[in-house]
Amino acid sequence: MNVPIPGEIDRRLLNDRSVSGRIGVRMPDLDVPEQPLPDSGLLRSVPAHLPEVSQPEVVRYFTTLSRMNFSIDTNFYPLGSCTMKYNPKINEEMAFLPGMGGIHPHQPDETVQGALQLIWELQSDLGEITGLPGVCLAPLAGAQGEYTGLMVARAYFADRGETARTVALIPDSAHGTNPASAAMAGLDVITVPSDSDGNVNVEALRGLVDERTCVFMLTIPSTLGLFEPNILEITSVVHEAGGLVYADGANLNALLGIVKIGDLGFDIAHSNLHKTFSTPHGGGGPGAGPVLVSEELRRFLPTPVVERTGDDYRLVAPPDTIGRVNGFHGSFGVLVRAYTYIRAVGVEGMREIAENAIINANYIRSALSGEFGIAVDRICMHECVLSPQAQKAKGVSALDISKRLIDYGIHPPTMYFPLIIPEALMVEPTETESKDTLDRFIAVMRQINREIEEDPDLLHDAPHDTPNTRLDEAGAARNPYLHWRPEQNSQAAD
Amino acid sequence: MTTKASPYIPNTDAERELMLAAIGVRSIEDLVRDVPAQHRFPHLDLRPALSEFDLTAEISALAARNATPGEYACFLGGGAYRHYIPSVVKSVVARGEFLTSYTPYQPEVAQGTLQVGFEFQSMICEITGMEVANAGMYDGPTAFAEGALMACRITRRQTIAVLDTVDPRNIAILDAYSRHQDIKIVVIGRDDDLPEDAACLMVQSPNEYGVVEDLAALAARSHTSGALAVASVNPTSLGMFRSPGECDVDIVAAEGQALGVPLSFGGPYVGLFACKDVYKRQMPGRIVGRTTDTKGRVGYALTLQTREQHIRRERATSNICTSTALIGLLMTTYLAALGREGFRQVAELCYHKAHYAAAEIDRLPGYSVRNDGPFFHEFVVECPRPPAEINTALLDHKIIGGLDLSDRTPNGMLICVTEVNTRAEIDRLVSALAEIGPR
Repeated sequence: MNVPIPGEIDRRLLNDRSVSGRIGVRMPDLDVPEQPLPDSGLLRSVPAHLPEVSQPEVVRYFTTLSRMNFSIDTNFYPLGSCTMKYNPKINEEMAFLPGMGGIHPHQPDETVQGALQLIWELQSDLGEITGLPGVCLAPLAGAQGEYTGLMVARAYFADRGETARTVALIPDSAHGTNPASAAMAGLDVITVPSDSDGNVNVEALRGLVDERTCVFMLTIPSTLGLFEPNILEITSVVHEAGGLVYADGANLNALLGIVKIGDLGFDIAHSNLHKTFSTPHGGGGPGAGPVLVSEELRRFLPTPVVERTGDDYRLVAPPDTIGRVNGFHGSFGVLVRAYTYIRAVGVEGMREIAENAIINANYIRSALSGEFGIAVDRICMHECVLSPQAQKAKGVSALDISKRLIDYGIHPPTMYFPLIIPEALMVEPTETESKDTLDRFIAVMRQINREIEEDPDLLHDAPHDTPNTRLDEAGAARNPYLHWRPEQNSQAAD
Repeated sequence: MTTKASPYIPNTDAERELMLAAIGVRSIEDLVRDVPAQHRFPHLDLRPALSEFDLTAEISALAARNATPGEYACFLGGGAYRHYIPSVVKSVVARGEFLTSYTPYQPEVAQGTLQVGFEFQSMICEITGMEVANAGMYDGPTAFAEGALMACRITRRQTIAVLDTVDPRNIAILDAYSRHQDIKIVVIGRDDDLPEDAACLMVQSPNEYGVVEDLAALAARSHTSGALAVASVNPTSLGMFRSPGECDVDIVAAEGQALGVPLSFGGPYVGLFACKDVYKRQMPGRIVGRTTDTKGRVGYALTLQTREQHIRRERATSNICTSTALIGLLMTTYLAALGREGFRQVAELCYHKAHYAAAEIDRLPGYSVRNDGPFFHEFVVECPRPPAEINTALLDHKIIGGLDLSDRTPNGMLICVTEVNTRAEIDRLVSALAEIGPR
């Protein structure tokens, strides 16, 4: 069982703990003569109402808050599609070296040769792993990588005078970011249906591609955790119609050393370094979403990329660049972590990552397919999607099962996604979990299945021992309460 | 003697055999039969694995080839700022419970991340004087661009007016974000009229030359044309200068890096995003709201999610998903440690030191400080020779000079001074500039 934090938790916000005159850190004295102030009309009349708390209070407050989180460091976290693998501690140490964490983005290239070499090496390694040699590391997360990749596709067609190509074909199982990014890129979204085996319906795709097709965006392996068996046919169908094929690389972990997506006919991809390459998710970022393209599309990449001439590394803009998509050169701190990981794993370890991720997912699938329905019960890649419809018929939903898992100290799988699977529970164990952990998860799932028969309210009321039971999310949206207000004082601690 | 095992993968060969048998297959090959055989198990041209000891040596050697501010006195700003980061900030962010958790979709096991998000939003409202804030964007410039797109949605107009003192980098990103949405970008001067169909006027303060803009006057001008005022501000400056909320600005974006986030060669940073309450349902990104649980206790959850891509898909207010929660935690801890007094002090230290430096440099023969209006902690120096030459010479003095603006203003250099630049460093810069002097 998850061990609750003993005693009452003081949930008061910082402003409710504030005592006038307390400080958390001492600032240096002014060591230059005081200078004349500007016109008072430009100055702040009332100071910002920030809390006044001492340093020990700051540390205890945030440490207590941290203990209310589940995390990879403390819990099994099989959140499908998110690749919650162990985040090596050495990655953190390398990212915070003064020569990495302390350098300014406007420093001249000759003063940051080590950083530029690291970026260049990572560009090369990601190009090699995916078989897509044109790499730009600037995009700050997966969705920005998607948008950037789609802009590259549009620039490519504009360059060819094919301006009528304004349709993005997207499977019904896709992540929500795919259609949202396509809309930002000015593309009309047409949904491609899946067949009963969870694959792309190739005949339907054939009927949908035409001279308006810009890209077909495909997550590989799919959000059902399945490798598309007709992939070569699919990429050639799109190519024959003159379109490009985009790979959503959210699930790249399953393919490391197994196959290069460039070899399959993909033209553009993004990779989520915070998934496949072990950089921490941080409670919702920062991430990094490098965009990867074929040789032909390379000249349209966003700026900057790093080029090497002999031993000299330079930040440059590709010749027909789509431009700049963020402030500087990308999430450099995340890039350092991903590079550290690739060097630690090495050539011999890449395939081992994918293989262990695939074995772990199939182990769970084969163990649970009897009690819990599997959406498409065939061999999967790095994740499997349960569809507990029999349990739903008994009055227990995927949500209830998820919340009950919390009582056992396990983070719930991704729920109700992909949208095409009723009561979906998407389980991605990753390669960094042991057989022991998986056996315990399987045992807990079976125990929960028995509880559904014996005491379903145990599930309806779950979780029980967390700092909060289920929250009124509808109420939160109806009456948005979005920042601290003074009148909150009396009700904050309960 | 070599070890084959990976420290990140627990299962042994023996355990894998047991698992394959349980699955009912003989080998891993049986699990990847859907992958086309001719492309399966490709050769990878990567280097071999390193031990942690060798890895540390290799990456430390790369780091050592970078000139590090601290070892060098550094006077660069232009969108990223060096400030002192209290030790508590680094200690809190290292907590694995924050570092290795995911987006808080399961609020019962993410109250830590969620309550931090609520504190973050509260602090942004306090320092900007705005009514609502979201839980963070990728960085300042993308937040600024998203602010303009939001103004287009609100006003149903498709022209974005940008004041010509906005950093060209910000305009480039706005161009990339709006290119495929039938939006026209018009750059206007201070005395130009707003286009009639302008959705907003975008203003940056301090601007690309470090000058503090009259936000109240600019906001009033936008409102006269039925446009919104969208401002990008430097959050450190708000310890002293009037907040955009007091100036009636409608949408505010800011680069949060200056508030406790390492420079890290440009990222990861955090974009701050705030607006007037009436516009909150058009905001991009995640928002944390306060609510209650089934036992009536206060708790927090992501809210107003029907704006977002995972629900709305192609009709979402933005495609943003993974953002920068952890960097938001850095900022929140930083402002908690500084508190009301420290926030004001940092701003004042920056102000006085920068003005001291400007006065000293302005006295040097051949150098003059441009006087375009009041500034905070950055100012433009017109140099007697190209700034690139001066900066190369400064490196020999163990000084990283200012940002080269000679593409915009003749021999212009943007110099930034913050509380981490001691008087000794400033005096060293001044005498080095005097020594380098005209050719």
